[in-house]
Order: sequence, then structure tokens, then C-alpha cells
Amino acid sequence: MSDWRPGTDRVALEARASMLVQVRAFFADRGVLEVDTPVLGATGVTDPAIECVRTRDGQVLQSSPEYFMKRLLAAGSGPIYQVARAFRAEEAGRLHNPEFLLLEWYRPGFDDVALMDEIDALLGPLLPGFPAWRLPFRDVLGQRLGVDPLLAPADELAAALTRHFTQAGREADVAALTGGERTALLDLAYAEAIDGWPGALFVHDFPPQQAALARLREDPQGETVAARFELVVDGIELANGYHELGDAAEQRRRFEADRARRRAAGRLAPDVDEHLLAALAAGLPDCAGVALGLDRVLLLRSGATDLDAVMPFSRSRL
Amino acid sequence: MATFSTNEFRAGLKVMLDGDPCNILENEFVKPGKGQAFNRVRLRNLKTGRVWERTFKSGESLDGADVMELDMEYLYSDGEFYHFMKTDGSFEQVAAGADAVGDAKQWLKEQETYMVTLWNESPLLVQPPNFIELEVVETDPGLKGDTAQGGTKPATLSTGAVVKVPLFVNRGDVLRVDTRTSEYQSRAKG
Repeated sequence: MSDWRPGTDRVALEARASMLVQVRAFFADRGVLEVDTPVLGATGVTDPAIECVRTRDGQVLQSSPEYFMKRLLAAGSGPIYQVARAFRAEEAGRLHNPEFLLLEWYRPGFDDVALMDEIDALLGPLLPGFPAWRLPFRDVLGQRLGVDPLLAPADELAAALTRHFTQAGREADVAALTGGERTALLDLAYAEAIDGWPGALFVHDFPPQQAALARLREDPQGETVAARFELVVDGIELANGYHELGDAAEQRRRFEADRARRRAAGRLAPDVDEHLLAALAAGLPDCAGVALGLDRVLLLRSGATDLDAVMPFSRSRL
Repeated sequence: MATFSTNEFRAGLKVMLDGDPCNILENEFVKPGKGQAFNRVRLRNLKTGRVWERTFKSGESLDGADVMELDMEYLYSDGEFYHFMKTDGSFEQVAAGADAVGDAKQWLKEQETYMVTLWNESPLLVQPPNFIELEVVETDPGLKGDTAQGGTKPATLSTGAVVKVPLFVNRGDVLRVDTRTSEYQSRAKG
């Protein structure tokens, strides 16, 4: 058991405070409005790989402020941002804390490319290596694993992963880890591909299976991809963004597919957020949005290797 | 025995993997994008000493291994087994085979205390203390007065270990030796 003291020293507290000042000044300058939405909601996400923290009476600590913010956008808020507390059960490690600080913002009239530009502008003064490199998901996996994630059949993805682990002298039973299932194979392949990638990199144009809440489009080669990107700095995932899906019917199909995957795995299939779907049906402005982990920005700024050094009280000190 | 899930894996936890007891050295939680979580785990096989990394699906679990590390006093060898005694006053003894003793064999001195790893009560591994004092039983005669010059010669110690020593060391001297590197440290006092 740890003692009563915080993980941060005075310098780390100052770095945290000054980052928030910089963030708020950045958005004030650009006419993006700060909002705050509930942390305790009636429903949560259906994502197969995100477990929400639930209260005894069935309320849900939000894993991100996305759904509330989209309801604001549909009601005509214009560009908005939020510094939000977010919660994800069972996520604990050097780079994960079940409660963390998320910066999330939405830009009507932006697509994913314009939003990446804005992230470059925001992080440039905070971290080295910006503007970040940009590479399609397809090229990242091609370079690291020698496989085409858009066209290769599942068994070829599995074989490429097995080869990758064997060459690195590491043990991994790819079939047991993924069940040979395409989405799980892509998840594992992505984790391996970005591990230790030096510098700042936007990975964009994800496979359609990993679209989440992004719209689909064609890449320059004519393949269907998701208008989704992630920002990875020194192998650490910092941000996840979309050119947002505005189609309520398609969004409902994806939620139901999530629920089916969860049920098939014998896990809780949470209710879908009907308010969000109603807001999409009423009309979400064409917009791009992104969520960025602020604790990890501080981690990278300070050179620390564990979030405990940049959060006053990480999970080990509660 | 209890089972442990990946979120309980931490350095020092002893688990069973592929039938062998292992010590967890490191556990890294990995969660790519919005995807399924994995754990990259570094382990040491306590039977073979091999260290390697295996990736687990988060939430997988392993059985705990009934492994204990105890300080025990070395008593004697009967030619086949090496006999150790608990230092807790129980006078309980265990017999370790040559596999368990391994490289520690050249550092076995009666009445010295060793770290004995027991798996299901039987010795799996014997580790010598980091530093041990042993008498020189064989070496070339010492060079008088030569205490500052470099240069070394081999010396055989009472346990059979051979270490490089400075030229001034004589048969009958008691030396302090680092068992991890087999390096001479100093002449022991007294």
C-alpha cells in the first residue's frame, strides 16, 4: 500500500495547470466554446472493448463526453470543447488509469484532415515533433508487418502476426488471442505496428471494421476506409478522431452490431443511447471531432514512464 | 491454489504456465485504438531460468504456483543430494538434486545460508548469497610486498571454485568473493 502523498511534485502540478491554461487560451482564440456535460449519465457506450463504470442504480460514468457533446452540436451549439473526466473500468497500467482527463472537441465544417491540422497547432507548443507525420493505417501495417489490412484475408493477417512475434523472439498464440476474428486480428496488428514507433504520427484511414463513430469513404486507391485517425507519439496513443458519422440509421446498426458481439462473448450488452440517435436523426452538423488524453500529454512532456508521476492521485494512491 | 487474472499480474507473482512454475517480472497493459486489450508479460521460468515475453488477452488467468523462497543453511552432500536445513528453528531438512543446485554448487559451504526456492515443498533452485568468504586451498606462492601492482593468478577455493586473485594472495587466506561475477573482492579480516 502506498502512503498518503500524491504522485506529483510541485513542478508536475504546475505543468498540469499551465497545460490547461494553454488549452483554454488556444480554443478561446479560435472561438471554440468551453462546455461541461454530465459525468454521470443514464446510458454509456456499446463498444465491445470499453467497459463502463456503473452505479448500483444503473447509471453510467461516461467513458467520454462524446454523446452529450453531439447532442449539443445537433441543438446548434457551434464549435465546442470540453476538459472532461472520463472513466473506463479495468484499464490499469503504466499508461492507463481508470479515471483520466480527456480533452474533446468538435468542429462543424471540418473534416478529419482539417482537424489533424488543428491538433498540430495545439500540440506544437506542448510537445516536440509537430506537425506530426501522417500515414494511412494500410501503410503502417504494411511497413511493420508486411500485410495489407484492407485486402488480406483473416488467415493471412494471422500468419503475418505469427511471423512478427516469432521474429521478435516473443510468444503469442495469435489464434487464441484473436479467435481468428478479423477485427481482433486488426486490433492486435495495430497494437504491434505502432509499438515504439518513433516521433509523432497520425495514423489515418482505418479499416471499415474499426470505423467506430466515423463515416466511411473511399481512399485514393478506391478502397473503403473509415474517416478516422489516431495520433501516436513515441508509440503512445494520444488522440482518436473522426469525421463524424451523422447517419442515425447507420449508427444504430453499428450499436446493434456491438451489442451482438458482446452478447456472443457472454458479456453485458448495454442499452443504446436513444437520445444520441434522436439527435443524429434531427441533424448533426457536418463536423469532425477528437478526444485527446491530457495525462499522456503531460507524461510525454515530462519524460515520465508512468502516469502516476503526472496525476496527483493515480489508482495506486486512492 | 488461487488463480490470478492479468490485471493482478505484478512483479514477483509466481504462476504456473505450460506446467512450469514461473516468476512474473513485468506486466504491460496494452490497449490499441478502441480495440481489445492485451497484456505483454515478461516471465522467468523457475525450473530452467529462461526469461521470455508472452502476450495474453486481458482478463485471461493463470493458476498460482506454490512457490516459496526460504533462507536455508547448507549441511552436507551425500554425493547425490545436497541437504539444507530451515533456519526457523524447526530443523526441517530438504534434499536438493544437482539440477536445483546448478551453478551454486561451486559456492556451497557448510553452515552458510542460501536462498532455496521450494515448489510444492521440493527444492527447485538454490541461490548463493551475493558475497561469500572462502579459504584459498591452492594457488601459486604469493609475491611479498606486491600489493599495488596489477596482475592476477588463479586460486582454487575450498568449495572448488576457481577465481582470479591478486598476486599477493596466499594459500590459507580467506577471501571475500562476489558469487554473481566470481570476482575477488578483498581479503577477509581475521
